[in-house]
Amino acid sequence: MTFNTASFVIQVAALILVLAALHKPLGIYLARVFEGTTHSRPERLFYRLAGIDASADQTWSVYLRSVLAFSAVSILAVFGLQRLQGVLPGSGSLPGVDPWIAMNTAISFVTNTNWQTYVPETTIGIFVQMTLLAVQNFLSAAVGIVVAVALIRGIARTKTDRLGNFWADLTRTSFRVLLPLAFIAALVMVLGGVMQNFWPTDVTNQAAGISQTIPGGPVASQEAIKELGTNGGGYFNANSAHPFENPNAFISLFEVFLILLIPSALPYAYGRMVGDQKQGYTVAAVMGTLWLTSMSLMGWAVAAGQGNATAAAGGLGEGFEQRLGAAPSAIFAASTTLTSTGAVNVAHDSLPPLAGGVAMVNMMLGEVAPGGTGSGLYGMLILSIISVFIAGLMVGRTPEYLGKKIGPTQMKLAAMYILVTPTLVLALAGITVLLPEIMANAPSTGPHQFGEVLYAFTSGANNNGSAFGGITSSGPFLSVMIGLAMLLGRFLPIVLVLALAGSLARQGKVPASAGTVPTHGALFGSLLLGVTVILTALSYFPALALGPLAEGLLK
Amino acid sequence: MNTLSGYFRQAGTALRFLVFATLVLGVAYPLAVFGVGQLIAPYQANGSIIRDDAGAPAASALIAQAAADDNGVQDPRWFHARPSAVSWDPAASSASNLGPNDPKLLEAVEANRSAVSAAEGVSESEVPADAVTASGSGLDPHISPEYARLQVARVAAAHGLGAEAVSLLVDRHTSSGLLAFLGQPSVNVTALNLAVAAAAQP
Repeated sequence: MTFNTASFVIQVAALILVLAALHKPLGIYLARVFEGTTHSRPERLFYRLAGIDASADQTWSVYLRSVLAFSAVSILAVFGLQRLQGVLPGSGSLPGVDPWIAMNTAISFVTNTNWQTYVPETTIGIFVQMTLLAVQNFLSAAVGIVVAVALIRGIARTKTDRLGNFWADLTRTSFRVLLPLAFIAALVMVLGGVMQNFWPTDVTNQAAGISQTIPGGPVASQEAIKELGTNGGGYFNANSAHPFENPNAFISLFEVFLILLIPSALPYAYGRMVGDQKQGYTVAAVMGTLWLTSMSLMGWAVAAGQGNATAAAGGLGEGFEQRLGAAPSAIFAASTTLTSTGAVNVAHDSLPPLAGGVAMVNMMLGEVAPGGTGSGLYGMLILSIISVFIAGLMVGRTPEYLGKKIGPTQMKLAAMYILVTPTLVLALAGITVLLPEIMANAPSTGPHQFGEVLYAFTSGANNNGSAFGGITSSGPFLSVMIGLAMLLGRFLPIVLVLALAGSLARQGKVPASAGTVPTHGALFGSLLLGVTVILTALSYFPALALGPLAEGLLK
Repeated sequence: MNTLSGYFRQAGTALRFLVFATLVLGVAYPLAVFGVGQLIAPYQANGSIIRDDAGAPAASALIAQAAADDNGVQDPRWFHARPSAVSWDPAASSASNLGPNDPKLLEAVEANRSAVSAAEGVSESEVPADAVTASGSGLDPHISPEYARLQVARVAAAHGLGAEAVSLLVDRHTSSGLLAFLGQPSVNVTALNLAVAAAAQP
């Protein structure tokens, strides 16, 4: 199949236009939700049932304790109920899920990663899909957003130790933002051909003598929040390549739109909440520049179609769906890895080597362009703080960010944040490649085999969830290693972000002076862009050189 | 101690939150989508099932249907679907996940090319890429118009139909307009084979 450049350009332009039109109204709505002080009647009922005091303003440590307690309880519940699948209703004849797989899956969905070490069709029934996994799609996305909101409050508030109420933030984000958007998106998907029922259908083609059982399930409701919440866990094994998850090129584009919708509106909400819209636009411009650059590189790498087998086939095809083709697959692959989504509509393992490399680089950037729901924004704000620090070094002034002093405490927290994922990725991938019996789980050879392992840990630690699918990760060793990557890659940064938010909220505002580096505009935007790219390159270049670069550049 | 009891209190809140959130997000929401879906688009919501003349469900328009023997060789009487890593089994779905330089993939592509070339009686250079590569889902019901055209003569002969009549059916099952522009022109083999069967009925 050929790469249709005109189609690619028009679809990318359409995405930019629609998202540009929606970022402001949605951003205003988001800011209103986060800043609201009133509770609706159903919310009050919900708080009473759950025993929540929604008016309590929490310190950063209590906010953090709530995040961690909620996530721990979620992991235990998702793990335990998967183990009990055999006796739960609506699971067909499927038995309890293997403990290693259940552990990995519980961590995976609670951390917004949605790495899938299980084969849904043969492992997981409707009950687990609908009441455990899809619910975590909502809640893990909401947790990412509320942590970003707490950081914004830390920047905006002065001389306080209070960051808001986690439970109220979580409730509002889930029910006022995610639920209504997901409901509308799910209906669009049903109209477009995504199924939503609860029973299989036996079909028989009399003339050809073929009988099949067409699976059923609540696919549209799960698919909508899977994209909207940048989760990515497919109802079916083939994820968004499966015709029931992604029946045609229109729905494919709609799914990419959903992936980008909330992350691209959050910077506007940020600007509004700190009372300086230029801040939001600077962050959005950096995200957009990275997105467009990476998207172009992905398009180029897919169109170039390198690979011996691709050449022998006479073009792209392996792992691609015919109804979608090359351009929609490139658009999806770039967007899913620049956010923390990890849904795929093409087999990433079979992509041309440099296209697979672009997917890895996208995740290694820390998924900040525009990133996961919430996590993209807080990642970009940490990078902004590092950028003002570097600018401060250049002009010899104590760095400030929006009137808050970036002192040793703040810099230590930001620097640790930046080090978490590269350390996890490189250390865990390094340990894995030293174990020949584990490497047998990645059946490829040479740089591509290393690429499969590097991709797995990059995806896990950055909470992406897409994979070079050739690797088999269901055994105890890789389940635990990737589970660790997901767990630490999610919660260590959250601990650091909330600690930073607490330390910023305590400060008073320093008035801007002639020596203050402005944190908006083209100059600061370029600096932020440079810092983001250089930090990634310094951390990962050697590993990339051994994997996709070796495969793509050497003959 | 204070922190520990704080954690326990938070965990209790978390559990209750999770239970009630699940009732809304994990039960009410999917049921609402189900209810509205059945109302506004029952055909799509139930898997795009195509029925035969007798009204019995014959296929899903979205899922490949291939009459293949145990070796994966497809019945010569029908239009062939693309190669599949899961033998077109709707109870599974997967790509081959072989790398673009993988010798196993190279071997599979070359074997597929000879097989298609022999089955259609055309030279190997005429076989398009989609005919020799496995799809991402293994259930892709679509092929390229080029691959469909290669198969017209064989299918027409098997059913005693004119090549022109079969070509017309191919055109009718080829995507066009916006969907073809966003994606690419594709022929739905599942629907096409049912149309061929209907046309061949005496």
